[in-house]
Amino acid sequence: MSIASPANHGSAWRERSIVPGFGISFGIIVTALSLIVLIPLAALVLKAASAGPADIWALASSPRVLGALRLSFGAALLAAFVNLVFGVLIAWVLVRYEFPGKRFIDAAVDLPFALPTAVAGIALAAIYAPNGWIGSLLAPLGIKIGYTPAGVLMALIFIGLPFVVRTVQPVLAEMEAELEEAAALLGASRWRTVWSVIVPPVLPAAMTGFVLAFARAVGEYGSVIFIAGNVPMVSEIAPLLIVIRLEQFDYAGAAVIGVLMLVLSFIIILALNLFQGALRRRLGHV
Amino acid sequence: MHQLAGNKVIAKLFTGAAFLLCFLVIAGGVRAQTELLNVSYDPTRELYRELNAAFIAEWNAANPKKISGIRQSHGGSGSQARAVIDGLNADVVTLALAGDIDAIAQRTTKLPKDWQTRLPHNASPYTSTIVFLVRKGNPKGVKDWSDLVKPGIEVITPNPKTSGGARWNYLAAWAYAEKAFNKDEAKVRDYISKLLSNVPVLDTAARGATTTFTQRGIGDVFLSWENEAFLALAEFGADKFEIIVPSISILAEPPVAVVDGNVDAKGTRAEAEAYLRFLYTPRAQAIIAKNHYRPREPQHADPKDVAKFPKATLVTIDEVFGGWAKAQPTHFGDGGTFDQLYKPGR
Amino acid sequence: MSDASLAADALPVGRPTGHRTVARGESAVVRVVLIGVGLGFLALFLALPLAIVFLEAFARGWGAYRAGIADPDSLSAIQLTLLVAAITIPINVVVGIAGAWAVAKHEFRGKSVLVSLIDLPFSVSPVIAGLVYVLLFGAQGYLGPFLKSQGLQIIFALPGIVLATLFVTFPFIARELIPHMQALGNADEEAALTLGASPWRTFLMVTLPNIKWSLLYGVLLCNARAMGEFGAVAVVSGKIRGLTTTMPLHVEILYNEYMSVAAFAVASLLALLALVTLAAKTFLEWRYADEIVATRRH
Repeated sequence: MSIASPANHGSAWRERSIVPGFGISFGIIVTALSLIVLIPLAALVLKAASAGPADIWALASSPRVLGALRLSFGAALLAAFVNLVFGVLIAWVLVRYEFPGKRFIDAAVDLPFALPTAVAGIALAAIYAPNGWIGSLLAPLGIKIGYTPAGVLMALIFIGLPFVVRTVQPVLAEMEAELEEAAALLGASRWRTVWSVIVPPVLPAAMTGFVLAFARAVGEYGSVIFIAGNVPMVSEIAPLLIVIRLEQFDYAGAAVIGVLMLVLSFIIILALNLFQGALRRRLGHV
Repeated sequence: MHQLAGNKVIAKLFTGAAFLLCFLVIAGGVRAQTELLNVSYDPTRELYRELNAAFIAEWNAANPKKISGIRQSHGGSGSQARAVIDGLNADVVTLALAGDIDAIAQRTTKLPKDWQTRLPHNASPYTSTIVFLVRKGNPKGVKDWSDLVKPGIEVITPNPKTSGGARWNYLAAWAYAEKAFNKDEAKVRDYISKLLSNVPVLDTAARGATTTFTQRGIGDVFLSWENEAFLALAEFGADKFEIIVPSISILAEPPVAVVDGNVDAKGTRAEAEAYLRFLYTPRAQAIIAKNHYRPREPQHADPKDVAKFPKATLVTIDEVFGGWAKAQPTHFGDGGTFDQLYKPGR
Repeated sequence: MSDASLAADALPVGRPTGHRTVARGESAVVRVVLIGVGLGFLALFLALPLAIVFLEAFARGWGAYRAGIADPDSLSAIQLTLLVAAITIPINVVVGIAGAWAVAKHEFRGKSVLVSLIDLPFSVSPVIAGLVYVLLFGAQGYLGPFLKSQGLQIIFALPGIVLATLFVTFPFIARELIPHMQALGNADEEAALTLGASPWRTFLMVTLPNIKWSLLYGVLLCNARAMGEFGAVAVVSGKIRGLTTTMPLHVEILYNEYMSVAAFAVASLLALLALVTLAAKTFLEWRYADEIVATRRH
């Protein structure tokens, strides 16, 4: 992925490159990152630390907090996985096939970004409530979606939908037809062609989309509270616990849960990014 | 050629942004005319819209220094109190319960501790109570608090941790249980615990819970502010819901206060104080009754409005719970009775 | 970048038009099933919520819809939202390009950490994004007393809303640019530099045209998110009607006041805005199709 010569092993923490501007671009991104993201988050950590180790442990190990974290992270991973599968499929359909209204549908994929999360929540609640469009169809079957953990999942799938589609689409579109044709001419079956020619370059991009969809979903608040039911230990998400702590004027407690969420998601995202980097190198593909 | 076009667009964007920033700095320095900010809780939206219009007309007719408007901010009572503590520049606060204004007095220097004595009637120009809203015809036959713990009854209430109204709900249920079980604490706790296990959805604020019950069709009984229940009847039609008045309920006193620290900094004390005094005038009391709150001086209200309030046995928070200063930490603080009795995952 | 590639896919210059040979295709059955499943999923998760928004917005006809939007508080919410977007996007463009340049064009240790940090605001709950600024700038916050002595109001005013929006939109542009710039590699820039172009000129004349479309796409996403953000802004806005309520907050306020037509009318504006920007994107692709293909064929 980089032209920089791998033979250039200096003791410096960065490899020398003919492309200039590292200093200034690195400076800008690190400054902005610090001012907008890191320093405010440091304030959060500082606040959390003010709670004292005993309180932090008591809070972090309380079943209610653990339940909420499990729901937030579990539902976010599951939603990202659903989006991974359907996102790759939709990207494939949009790039490879022709059908009426394709352009329109292609543009519509971004809607979850644009629809304010509160509106999405209200709309989803209207659809999946027991008296809603879909909820009323499922209710006689004994299936409940609105106001259950399944409702949380629905909201998270909705907000994460564009990510995988948008990361996979360009990779599929830029793929050289010649490789596939060559594989086919050499006698590979269609499935084998897909597996050995298409999957390797798509996988890292799909992973990027997966990470983004997960990351976006894990902290989601606005759309979820309308459809979740918010029952402790069942359908209560971690961000709601933060809000509840805040309303009790317990800033330190809110900060502790916030830091817990941050640390967990950072570990997961870092792991996924490292995995994706390894994948890219292993597959030796752009 | 075309490649340059993109660069020009970006250059234009930067110039535009620079201008905007300058404009903002200048605009930020210009102060608006006298304007009050009323930070209130969730269900008072309709009430204050009408009260504000009446007050502004009355004030501007009598005073040379005009009020251009009264801004409203609504939300869960606790979160509104927190916003004021964090620096929201409220001239007056009109919250769901005294405990939340107490929090402002405790955590900032903007309010004296004795704020509740500065206006008549515990600084509450209107009261309300907690009633049951059920679906038309009362299909589950809910008549009193004892019916709420029956198996298969779904009760809708917001979360007492975030909603002021829900705290009144909780205390009303507690007051009933204390009376019914003759202050046998074990039985009271058992009752509350059973009641909470019948709650399928815990919304964060009163309005959200109203929507859940009325529009999403969830639950059999909705524990509601009386004024919210009347409003729901007015909004969605009296043919859909019924109000049930339980044998005993609580007198909910939503108090009001001028935020001294803010009005003195802004120079709006005279207007803010007049605004709150206005709430006690006959004209305001009539508007209050019209908006389904119980007026303190019903003689000034339209008798038709007053007649709709059912007679109910109401206990006060002071007699049963020793005031908010005591009730808040005991029941809703960290590890309080709500935390103890809410059996998760049932 | 999807724009560039999609447009190129639609206009396959230098390729025989009938390039969809059997070798690249699936059987008709597989094709129909895949299209069906994909569209079904989109219908369930996109079309249905969108339909609800517009149905509710027009539930009482065009007049009620217009009245909902023409309300002064709605108009001021629209103004505030546009203003916030107009401030946050240029800042994000500069920062995003810088971040992508550092990450995609250079190799250094700790790159994964930097990329993860750029991603971080994505996974930070909007509630936390609001909370951190309250902890910093609130009256009880770390900088509260200092700000008060200077007479500065950050939270519950425009600066707080802008900061919270910057926080949640921070990764968007860099995240769009990084994979594209990585895919492009450094060859073009190296050639330009070797031929004696100055670094700045190389950036303007070589890199920027190459990444223009992914930059635009990033801007569109950033804009949509900036306008649609709810949780973070809700914490720092103070919800003063007509003053510090952005469009999403105003939607919630109206909805809570049982004015569902007005609420969904304002919401539909946000959805419409998204559709319009996406249409603009499609138009640009069409208008500059030759150029996009040219850049791609470097």
